[in-house]
Amino acid sequence: MKRFAELYAELDGSTSTLAKVDAMRRYFQSAPPQDAAWAVYFLAGGKPRQAANARVLRDAAREAAGIPEWLFDEAYHAVGDLAEAIAHMLPDGPVDDTLGLDAWMRERIGMLKGSSPEAQAAMLQQWWGALDWRGRFVLNKLITGAFRVGVSRLLVIRALAEAFSLEPQLLAQRIIGYTDARRNPDAERFESLVSQPDLYAASAADAGRPYPFFLAQSLQEDPAGRLGAAQDWLVEWKWDGIRGQLVRRQGATWLWSRGEELVTERFPEIADASFALPDGTVVDGEILAWDAQAQRPLPFAVLQQRIGRKAVDAKLLRDAPAAIVAYDLLEHDGQDLRERPQVERRALLERVMAQAAHPLLALSTLVTADGWEEYARLREASRSNGVEGFMLKRKDARYGIGRTKATTRGEWWKWKIDPYTVDAVLIYAQPGHGKRASLYTDYTFAVWDGRPDGGRALVPFAKAYSGLTDEEIRRVDAVIRRTTTEKFGPVRSVTPTLVMELGFEGIQKSPRHKSGIAVRFPRILRWREDKPVAEADTLASLHALLGQGG
Amino acid sequence: MRRTTRPGANELVMLRPEGLWCEAGGFFIDPWRPVDRALITHGHGDHARNGSAAYLAADASAGILRARLPGASVQTVPYGERLRINDATVSYHPAGHVLGSAQIRIEVEGEVWVVSGDYKVEADRTCDPFEPVACDTFVTESTFGLPIYRWRPQQEVFDEVNAWWAANAAAGRASVLFAYSFGKAQRLLAGVDPSIGPIVVHGAVEPLNRAYREAGVPLPDTRLVSEVKDKSVFRTALVVAPPSAAGSTWMRRFGEYSDAFASGWMRLRGARRRRAVDRGFVLSDHADWPGLQQAITASGAHRVIVTHGYEATMVRWLREQGLEADFFATAYGGEEGAALSEEGADGTGNDAAAKRADAAAAAGGAVVTDTAATDAVPTDAGSTTPNPAAIDESALSADHGEDDATIGRTDLA
Repeated sequence: MKRFAELYAELDGSTSTLAKVDAMRRYFQSAPPQDAAWAVYFLAGGKPRQAANARVLRDAAREAAGIPEWLFDEAYHAVGDLAEAIAHMLPDGPVDDTLGLDAWMRERIGMLKGSSPEAQAAMLQQWWGALDWRGRFVLNKLITGAFRVGVSRLLVIRALAEAFSLEPQLLAQRIIGYTDARRNPDAERFESLVSQPDLYAASAADAGRPYPFFLAQSLQEDPAGRLGAAQDWLVEWKWDGIRGQLVRRQGATWLWSRGEELVTERFPEIADASFALPDGTVVDGEILAWDAQAQRPLPFAVLQQRIGRKAVDAKLLRDAPAAIVAYDLLEHDGQDLRERPQVERRALLERVMAQAAHPLLALSTLVTADGWEEYARLREASRSNGVEGFMLKRKDARYGIGRTKATTRGEWWKWKIDPYTVDAVLIYAQPGHGKRASLYTDYTFAVWDGRPDGGRALVPFAKAYSGLTDEEIRRVDAVIRRTTTEKFGPVRSVTPTLVMELGFEGIQKSPRHKSGIAVRFPRILRWREDKPVAEADTLASLHALLGQGG
Repeated sequence: MRRTTRPGANELVMLRPEGLWCEAGGFFIDPWRPVDRALITHGHGDHARNGSAAYLAADASAGILRARLPGASVQTVPYGERLRINDATVSYHPAGHVLGSAQIRIEVEGEVWVVSGDYKVEADRTCDPFEPVACDTFVTESTFGLPIYRWRPQQEVFDEVNAWWAANAAAGRASVLFAYSFGKAQRLLAGVDPSIGPIVVHGAVEPLNRAYREAGVPLPDTRLVSEVKDKSVFRTALVVAPPSAAGSTWMRRFGEYSDAFASGWMRLRGARRRRAVDRGFVLSDHADWPGLQQAITASGAHRVIVTHGYEATMVRWLREQGLEADFFATAYGGEEGAALSEEGADGTGNDAAAKRADAAAAAGGAVVTDTAATDAVPTDAGSTTPNPAAIDESALSADHGEDDATIGRTDLA
């Protein structure tokens, strides 16, 4: 644990990408492979099941620190992170930390899972007692599974590539599925991950491995200035669903989501349809709730019924039918096409899809226009078409990995329509976490709604966390403290004085919400210091947006 | 011996709009407004303010106070010496906070109060160590009054600083260490290993170094940044500067550098990230949670009055431990407040607190119980946002002066 806790401290304490990659490289080269296996797992975003629940941790920590519950809560709210709060409140004793990460995971944390709460508390207290605060902190993170340290999967890949002299592209491909919760990391998997190409044995489990997804950059300005002539670009609608890769090899099908989760079983109709594709085909596209008759997407809320539902019954298939809209071909006849230009892949894709001719394997249509101005006009129709704007793909673009740097020459861009906006009133606030712990940064917003008695009241409809500058956050925080009327736990109710312009992507009817609506991706666009509370928007104006699609 | 449940009228020490008042002695302790006679615990800006007619402090504070309160009438006494001031017997005892810091013991007709100002219990080679003083009522700070604040032995911290400095020096980049000019800076200078490289300091730090040296505290050689003509010196140097220098144009001269901040607040990862420095060294001149408990127990007091910091938390905790506990709504803000005034913004950071203290005193009772009245939030004072609600502070439900503003303060320092 000591070695891994030190790595965590280095990663946590640095803002330099170079320093982080270097710290990981040194760790991967020096740690025993079974420990490195777990380190890759956690750093690349693996999330094991929580080994003990937060209640048990809290109670065991309170008991060990000898403090009452209210004081624990005060301390926790000042820190904003349970693992860290516990690590700090326990007294230090003599440190005995020689066990490796793998042994911790298997022999200790693994044992925690099935034990009674009393036994768990006893184990935790014993382990905490032999660690310094860093060790306690990392242990708590491993137990709760909430492991975030400001390292992206791409950085892990870079570090592994440097440590073992491998191509990052190769590692990017191998690492897919590594963080799957169903398989524990071990020395063998790690050694296979970092083995030289000629020694790499593709096991049967690897047959369905997808390619790393290529991600688009967000276009903030006018495309004419940034992207040159419109005829150098392929333009498609930007679908609002789940990015997916359909892998068809060895007579079988694998459907992967962008989160590198295997979702084949959740979309059986797409899996069935995939049999229309020849072996050795990999299609990149969007999983959508789909009106097969009209050949157009259903609202995202319909798709949401399918997300997270493992058991798919006939009723769900009927109510929320899904399809995949294909927009790229990554493998054809077993050949990797990613280095070929976009237009060439597109031509092949059209041919493959035409041959398959299946209603649930749709093709993302190309939109053609005379220039960016006309595209801009066409883009206005996005909402009524149930899409989020345009995707722009350079005709000679190869299929890259992840999100490429914002160079002058980006290859895939998303050109989204402006969000819906509404001026809303801040009515509740709660402290943030991590960097924002102990600052009020999580807000609940309301709009005006008429009451039966003729007056009007503020009805909450959205929560938003981001969008203000640090300076604004500090000022808003001060106002919240000054205008607090009530507190429930960490939440403060305030006298309404703050009006913010919120942006959001979609709006749906929702009987579960008091306001009767639910909005997607709400965030703060700006603080309307110029606007009095009385002039904030109304619920009626939000309801009026319902008709506009989304 | 009198026993009371609330400090109020007829108490040995009372809260007044000007500060803590001792009727029997006819003096104030660390007043935040000009008064006739001020007894000063230590020289930080939030405890030693301008404008009073006469000041009394510990001998070791003399140099600092005369530098900070130019032209003021400052008298000093040795630690431990008993003085008769009107009907009170007064003595000063080391508080271990900074050079010259003292707890003030006041005895009237057999009843003893100790006003401890700011203190820490770990011995420090730049000032006399904290001395437990037996009393009936102990007035304590609670800057770090939460159980998450536990300090490591200071040598560990100095070792970390040395390792950081040595690694930077080896890589040819300056090591810029932000620390409060009075106290923390000298403690660091006395603790680091001067054989690693040259030590240069900001113009706000050197006058205090001088005061320490004159008081007989050995410090390694230091040079003013402005006196360094050959910029290559910086590449192996430790540069000690006040937190306000962070992000200023003053920093440009160092070329490539690594920066760090030494403060108790650096204990929390979130606070360190907000600071946006490369390293946070957890070093404080205030008592940590165990230190506060230790000092309170050692005083033998049956009654504790908490001044600034996480006061509501501390009061509730102490009551649960079976002690009588209350708090005074003061305008003290720990060294962060002091750091504010150091950088020429004297008082601004504590206006809000001073006003609340006034309001509290004016409201009749000298003490505000269980309200948020004492969160000395400079962010409030600095905010331009109107406050249309004008909520009565005492209407707020139980809060803790913490209000996390303590961390906000460091940002402003």
